[in-house]
Amino acid sequence: MFSNILIYFVVIPLIMLGGLALCRNIKQIRAVAVVGSLALIGLSTYVLLEYLALRAAGNEDPMLFTGSWTWFAPLHINLAVGVDGISIAMLMLSSIIVFAGSFASWQIPQPKAFFLWLILLSTGVFGFFISIDLFTMFMFYEVALIPMYLLIGVWGSGRKNYSAMKLTLMLMGGSAFLMLGLIGIYYHSSADSASLTWNILDIARNASIDKGWQYFLFPMTFVGFGVLGAMFPFHTWSPDGHASAPTAVSMLHAGVLMKLGGYGCFRVAIYLMPQAANDLAWIFLILTGISVVYGAFSACVQTDLKYINAYSSVSHCGLVLFAILMLNTTAMTGAIMQMLSHGLMTALFFALIGMIYGRTHTRDIREMGGMMQIMPYLSVCYVIAGMASLGLPGLSGFVAEMTIFVGSFQQGMTDYLAGHGSLRLVFTIIACCSIVITAVYILRVVGKLLFGPVHNEHHRELTDATWWERLSTATLIVCVAAIGCFPNFFNNLINFTFSPEIFKVLGLN
Amino acid sequence: MDYSQFLAMKQEIGLLIVFLLVFLYDTFMPRTAYGKLPVFAALLMFAVTVCGIVCPSASASSLAFAGMYETNAVVAAIKNVLNIGVIIVLIQSVTWANSQPMEHRRGEFYELLLVTLFGMYLMISARHFLLFVIGLEAASLPLAAMVALDKNRYESHEAAVKYILTAVFSSAIFLMGISFVYGIAGSLYFETIYYALSVGESTLLIIAIAFVIAGVGFKLSLVPFHLWTADVYQGAPTSVTSYLSVISKGAAAFAFMVILAQVFGAVYSSVWEWMLYALIILTITVGNLFAIRQRNMKRFLAFSSVSQAGYIMLGIIAHNTMGVAAMIYYILVYIFSNLAAFGVIGAIENASGKVSMDDYRGLSKTNPKLSFAMMLAMFSLAGIPPFAGFFSKFFIFTGAINQGSVAIYVLVLIALINTIISLYYYLLVVKAMYISEDKCQIETFRSTCTERLGLWITVGGIIFLGIVSCVYSGLLDLTSVSDLSAYFIN
Repeated sequence: MFSNILIYFVVIPLIMLGGLALCRNIKQIRAVAVVGSLALIGLSTYVLLEYLALRAAGNEDPMLFTGSWTWFAPLHINLAVGVDGISIAMLMLSSIIVFAGSFASWQIPQPKAFFLWLILLSTGVFGFFISIDLFTMFMFYEVALIPMYLLIGVWGSGRKNYSAMKLTLMLMGGSAFLMLGLIGIYYHSSADSASLTWNILDIARNASIDKGWQYFLFPMTFVGFGVLGAMFPFHTWSPDGHASAPTAVSMLHAGVLMKLGGYGCFRVAIYLMPQAANDLAWIFLILTGISVVYGAFSACVQTDLKYINAYSSVSHCGLVLFAILMLNTTAMTGAIMQMLSHGLMTALFFALIGMIYGRTHTRDIREMGGMMQIMPYLSVCYVIAGMASLGLPGLSGFVAEMTIFVGSFQQGMTDYLAGHGSLRLVFTIIACCSIVITAVYILRVVGKLLFGPVHNEHHRELTDATWWERLSTATLIVCVAAIGCFPNFFNNLINFTFSPEIFKVLGLN
Repeated sequence: MDYSQFLAMKQEIGLLIVFLLVFLYDTFMPRTAYGKLPVFAALLMFAVTVCGIVCPSASASSLAFAGMYETNAVVAAIKNVLNIGVIIVLIQSVTWANSQPMEHRRGEFYELLLVTLFGMYLMISARHFLLFVIGLEAASLPLAAMVALDKNRYESHEAAVKYILTAVFSSAIFLMGISFVYGIAGSLYFETIYYALSVGESTLLIIAIAFVIAGVGFKLSLVPFHLWTADVYQGAPTSVTSYLSVISKGAAAFAFMVILAQVFGAVYSSVWEWMLYALIILTITVGNLFAIRQRNMKRFLAFSSVSQAGYIMLGIIAHNTMGVAAMIYYILVYIFSNLAAFGVIGAIENASGKVSMDDYRGLSKTNPKLSFAMMLAMFSLAGIPPFAGFFSKFFIFTGAINQGSVAIYVLVLIALINTIISLYYYLLVVKAMYISEDKCQIETFRSTCTERLGLWITVGGIIFLGIVSCVYSGLLDLTSVSDLSAYFIN
């Protein structure tokens, strides 16, 4: 079991948990957090390089580094792991954000308990991304959700009780549907009742879920994961939750946890039930299309920095689900790019907001101004994050959104010309409008917060970023720029999964 | 008479020996040795349980006393599960039993407890309604005396009176149901009734089944027969409450399944399937909704246990091997989770006399370890991974859905949505302990070593019972050997 490299994505966080439990002071806790997250970055880089080497050597399996160990034999539950390019991209993203998040919570009160819950959360996240067994995947998914309650409730701010409860109940509500969907998938995973399986690859290969059941199970799983992906109308946990959460938790939650939703929608709902995905896509296209535009409009009228970003996340994550539902290689590639891009960029935003809030003790943009004069480093970082968000070429947002819209438009035109209606086309055009709205709210914040006169004279005494804050933000900015400058690398990494294996399964173009 | 038949009753005989030894100890040992009685009882129970697990019955299934009594691998397993729960209850009750007001009554607590356990054994093993009723009464009436053990507290009396009145009333209904069954089938043997019923259905049969379900439903506190639960749980001494909520309920749940399968299995889909659906939905939903408003921790857990009984019933409605195994597993996990919660409540009550949820505010600051144990118990009851409660819920849902009808999907969906409601109120406890910033009413204290031992065992169970797969797999192997579900006819 331990000869498989992927298992260490769970083992390292578990060792970190053990180490944290033994820690006696803040220095040791920081050391464990930093060393552990560096080890995770190292591990994911190693897996990435190995993966590329294996692919270059002509390995064409849908998943690499696979391993499977029996857990509950009578129920065919295994601890099955395996990764493809998408999982690896997600693992990279998670480890980078855990690293940045550790630095962003350098001076958190009650550090031991905080890091224990945070690392438990990331155990769930890593476990989710390496699993290819539906049961273990679901288990890790829930492991990742529950620490949020305490992280927000204990270390949060504002209406934290309300937000923590709302977030937990809504996400767990989603997972109730999900659980039913997954059990349903299990019972239809094979034509032969003796060889039922939870393994995603086997289920996809068997393709034995008939159309009627797909119509029932697809909405269950898609909504289940969609709640975490902040799909309209199940997005309401997101603004409250993000606004109340402490910095590192907002980073991890918006940066990684919301990606669990998108990844799950793709890996489970669409990958296993392609026909239903094709037939029912229109319902969810409408919902996600609303997410995209509605999130962006809502962000325009908010005055709390965290609410602005939370709504912007609703919009951007809506775009991920929107693109996945296009069932088109280009758009799906864009969706994965958007997940990466949004993860890094939002983490950066939340880190910066946390740093600004830690100094000014307000997040209301009406009470701040002229930050560029006071804390130039943080302000410049904010501008960079903003530019990434509104899609400036050279940064990650542009690459992702460009790919999504090109793919969606292409699919929309294909549909239209083939006489399948113009829904995709219309909604692509509507979703495109969000780019403009994004520009409005980003530039509004940048103008109000960073430039202009200093609103409060007391703010003049504030200091700029400390070294750990610089390290945290710089890491994220480098990654955002890397995706923007070398999109082709990521494109190749992701693309193999789509061509040709999954579309063979999907039976589509 | 062939006396070798008694060999089939190994577990009952073991329990009887424990009872006699405890009784003799209580009667004849000098006063100075009294304080050791609880430990003595716990050790004896432990020995019996180990014997029960290490040397199981040789044959897969054996009938004794002209078919009145049956034991098989599954029955032995559920008895062992109950034994494990009783050991934990005994360990947790030591501090209370050795407290000053209990000084002259602790012997009674242990003797009555063992008698009720004996009654539950008979309920589980009975294959004739006469024996079943004896078991049912033996498991109900002494419990009323146990509930009244705190004789200086007004609530304890009130609870005992409520309990005995409802118990007697529901026994009467149960007996009425049995007499109807006798009228239809002309026998009280389960097997004979089973074959007699497969002929057809009648109005009388529907009434008979409804009465029987109501009678056992009382012990299980299924809605709408649950009205005694909250008051009795609140009034009874905490150790008795924990015994009532896990052991009594677990035994009743299994006995309920045996009756439904082996007596009425033949008319499952035609007569009582819809009754069970309605009962499950009502039980889970009403239990959950009422739990939200409770401020007293014991009342709170009373309603939580009402709704848990609904989940246990899902194992019956699954009517397949997987469901039976999942049900026993659920009972086992429920025993550990609920006893962990009651262990914390008992420890706090013994130290400070506080049982209100409001007093628990800020508990994590004064008593971090107790709060942590309580939190794990709440997570496990709510079904959060990686704790055992998640696995038991998952397996019982998987078992139920294995049945395959559309109705079962709807039922499971309702149950799943209810888990969210239950998560809400379980989190209220976590919130009070961890998130509330009020000053805690409960001083920092060190719990006694038996309380700590009880909590270590239960917390260990919560963590490992799920992850270690051999528990559930083992139960599944057992249930496929002696298959209860084969009795159901669709």
